[in-house]
Amino acid sequence: MLLYALRRLIYLIPVAFGVSLLVFALVHLAPGDPISAIVPSDAPKELVDKLKEYYGFDKPLPVQYGRWLLVTLSGDFGTSIGTGRPVLQEVGSAFGNTIILAIGACLVAFSLAIVLGTAAAYAKSRIVDRLVTSIALVGVSVPHFWLAIVLVIVFSVELGWLPPMGLGPENATGWRLDWPHIKHMILPTIALSVIPLGVMTRTVRSTVKEILSMEFVTALHAKGMNDRQILLHVLKNAAPTCLAVMGLQAGNLIGGSILIETVFAWPGTGFLLNNAIFRRDLPILQGTTLVLAFFFMMLNLTVDVIQTFVDPRIKRG
Amino acid sequence: MAIQSPSLDLGGGAGVRATPAAQVRGYWQQVGRRLRRDPVTLVCAVVLLLIVASALAAPWLGLADPYKTSMIRRLYPVGSPNHLLGTDELGRDMLSRLIHGGRLSLFMGVTPVVCALLIGGLLGITAGFMGGRVNMLIMRIMDVFYAFPSVLLAISLSGAMGAGAENTLLSLTLVFIPPICRVSESVTTQVRGFDFVEAARASGAGTLAIVRVHVLGNVLGPILVYATSLISVAIILAAGLSFLGLGVKPPEPEWGLMLNTLRQAIYVNPLLAALPGVMIFLTSICFNLMSDGLRAAMDVKA
Amino acid sequence: MDRGGSAQPLLLARDLRKHFPIAGGLLGRATRVVRAVDDLSLSVEKGETLGVVGESGCGKSTVARLLMRLIKPDRGTMVLDGDPVDQPHGITVNELRRQVQMVFQDSYASLNPRLTIVETLAFAPKAHGLPSAEARARSRDLLAKVGLDPVHFADRYPHELSGGQRQRVNIARALALRPRLVILDEAVSALDKSVEAQVLNMLADLKSEFGLTYVFISHDLNVVQYLSDRVMVMYLGKIVEIGPVDAIYSDPQHPYTRALLSARPSMDPRKRTREAPIQGDPPNPIDPPSGCRFRTRCPFAEGVCAKAEPLLTDTGAQEVACHMRIKGSGHTRAP
Repeated sequence: MLLYALRRLIYLIPVAFGVSLLVFALVHLAPGDPISAIVPSDAPKELVDKLKEYYGFDKPLPVQYGRWLLVTLSGDFGTSIGTGRPVLQEVGSAFGNTIILAIGACLVAFSLAIVLGTAAAYAKSRIVDRLVTSIALVGVSVPHFWLAIVLVIVFSVELGWLPPMGLGPENATGWRLDWPHIKHMILPTIALSVIPLGVMTRTVRSTVKEILSMEFVTALHAKGMNDRQILLHVLKNAAPTCLAVMGLQAGNLIGGSILIETVFAWPGTGFLLNNAIFRRDLPILQGTTLVLAFFFMMLNLTVDVIQTFVDPRIKRG
Repeated sequence: MAIQSPSLDLGGGAGVRATPAAQVRGYWQQVGRRLRRDPVTLVCAVVLLLIVASALAAPWLGLADPYKTSMIRRLYPVGSPNHLLGTDELGRDMLSRLIHGGRLSLFMGVTPVVCALLIGGLLGITAGFMGGRVNMLIMRIMDVFYAFPSVLLAISLSGAMGAGAENTLLSLTLVFIPPICRVSESVTTQVRGFDFVEAARASGAGTLAIVRVHVLGNVLGPILVYATSLISVAIILAAGLSFLGLGVKPPEPEWGLMLNTLRQAIYVNPLLAALPGVMIFLTSICFNLMSDGLRAAMDVKA
Repeated sequence: MDRGGSAQPLLLARDLRKHFPIAGGLLGRATRVVRAVDDLSLSVEKGETLGVVGESGCGKSTVARLLMRLIKPDRGTMVLDGDPVDQPHGITVNELRRQVQMVFQDSYASLNPRLTIVETLAFAPKAHGLPSAEARARSRDLLAKVGLDPVHFADRYPHELSGGQRQRVNIARALALRPRLVILDEAVSALDKSVEAQVLNMLADLKSEFGLTYVFISHDLNVVQYLSDRVMVMYLGKIVEIGPVDAIYSDPQHPYTRALLSARPSMDPRKRTREAPIQGDPPNPIDPPSGCRFRTRCPFAEGVCAKAEPLLTDTGAQEVACHMRIKGSGHTRAP
């Protein structure tokens, strides 16, 4: 199993290079002269020269890529044009905020999905099944950023119960586990959780249904096992597929939180990315994309490896 | 944003005694018949038809000019005289903008999927059928794109290239090519391993004939189902990009962009601010239900 | 089309080898191989039915696919009626496939579910240049020949037919190109017994009507005995015994053949099976035993069996690969 993990890691290396190449190319995708894309036209000459030297724009492209790669691998992700702070630091703190939101959304979405999906698969009445399927459908179809706005309208504008934006109350720095901060978390978490809820509910329902139709469940009934024990068996069989999809969804949440964070001005990586795009802060754009992409890759790898542990049918290595 | 793979079901099953000649039914005819009988799919088809038809016919429906601003008549509520759905923050008629907005929103959603279907489908089928080095090369390149969550990829590409409809179309197409390619490859590889394909090879036929007659017919179905399930994702993603200011540029009417510009109105006229999202939601649900219906209809067991 | 006359074998295969690599190790390189077929030689005479028997995993299906060149052999040569196959001065693989056709085991999976029966049958002739109308006409004739009324069956889909009917279609498909040799890979194994009998009789009729040669692969010894002129027994990628059907069935000489034949339940209540004829588990084609591959399950194995591999030796009626029959092999029972 460890061998499999190692093998997958080695396979990742060319992909990782490809990813870094793509991120590097982003700068050059931008319209116009790369320098003017990074730096406003009235920037001081020293900054322009320093950036030219830093990025090596006078050298041929492969050399530029090589230098950028080496610099990045050494931990220097560059400096933000907007704030002047190191990119890694900005991304790091923003990443923490995104993770908080993502964890909340995952907890809500996955636990609800398991309950709803299993209930729908077991349900004898078609009404229950229809209800759950409809909820899942809504989750998958609703534009989550629109839902966020609607939530703000209902709960902040009309009812005034929950704050419409921000990480915490005014003058608060960082995040703490206390009620005011949780109040700020509720709406974004709900908005973020709808899509994973929809997808996971469908997945759990179809997986459990498929397992229930398998002959071994009938065999367990015939042996006299009670329903609760059978449920445990069923869930154990459903676990590998569901875990894999959960991992994918979690990754998508972290990479795709930008829309929700924009609506709520939540200072996560998505919000950072948004600002970076509008300020043409390309070091932040590159750094954030790189960090998020690598995180996503590592997450997928972990999910794959865990799946081999959990699902004995998969023979690897 | 979730992009999932379907499972392949060619409709096997134990053979039955041959039925009298009058009841011979081909596969696609069966699919069509099931679709026509499913009430949910029919309703969605009708709704979608209405939306699409009104969007296409928008310039000739006698609506108000969607670009005409008016500083006096800003943010009129729903149900105002002359403005059935009110006016937006620049005084433009909402009903007209919503219907005209459908043109762009639908176009931005459907076109990338169609392009990605053509390109990704071709790549995937080639990779699946040829196997070996060609397969490895194509799939490794796709892996690089797959390393990004789709939303992130779309935003980074659009962010780098700049706002505008053409850039959005390009970046969305690039985002959808890898998943379609992956599904096509997996389905094609599966079909290639089937006995009847081996039998076709054993008959000494050329590769092109085998692909055309035996592979394509069995592969296009699942790929098509998957692609239709992506349309709703594309519409939401395109709207999301416009919402962030990365997609369609003002003053064009587009549902996502309208959601953005109307945000300032949520304290004044919340219902108005939510309207464009209702259209996105409706369209998205209909496409999803139709895609589900198509998948169920194709799940033909003899 | 007959080139060399009746004395020349229709198909000659020499030293065919096929090993399948299994991915393993850090970089996914092949570290181990499945030795499916190892230096196997056989000849198929014109007009005969050569039966091939053996357990699962012995390589019979691989041999079938090698003979049709659906898989490329790692080593070895093939000669079809005097013409080398896939060699500079011989015939191409495509030409081989006009003369050699195959019927697969799974009758449902061998038919494209999206095509009608007549379309499936017409595919191969059309691909080889026959005009569409002629191809369809020929297909209808073939359907009649295999006992399916073209009026009823031509425009049906595979899922509307029963297993036996589908297998008849598969046989018709194999005949569509007017081949000389038909390889039947477990073609009747999945059918009900009554249907199987009908199909077997039909195969015999077709053989005489079209002057065909058959290679009949099966694990069912009774069926092989019914249909074959000669029988070839395979074990772990090698031939262990080959000879006329009567010789093999009345006087099997290899311990494996004897075990296979004695494992058949008898209809005579006096003949009871008291013990398992073969000891041990079916071995792994990845790491076959050294020397004689059967030695791990052979009750007569001795030291020499592990050291040297017995070659096929003529013992009069048939050929056997066993040290007990090879003169001076060192085995205590050798002549």
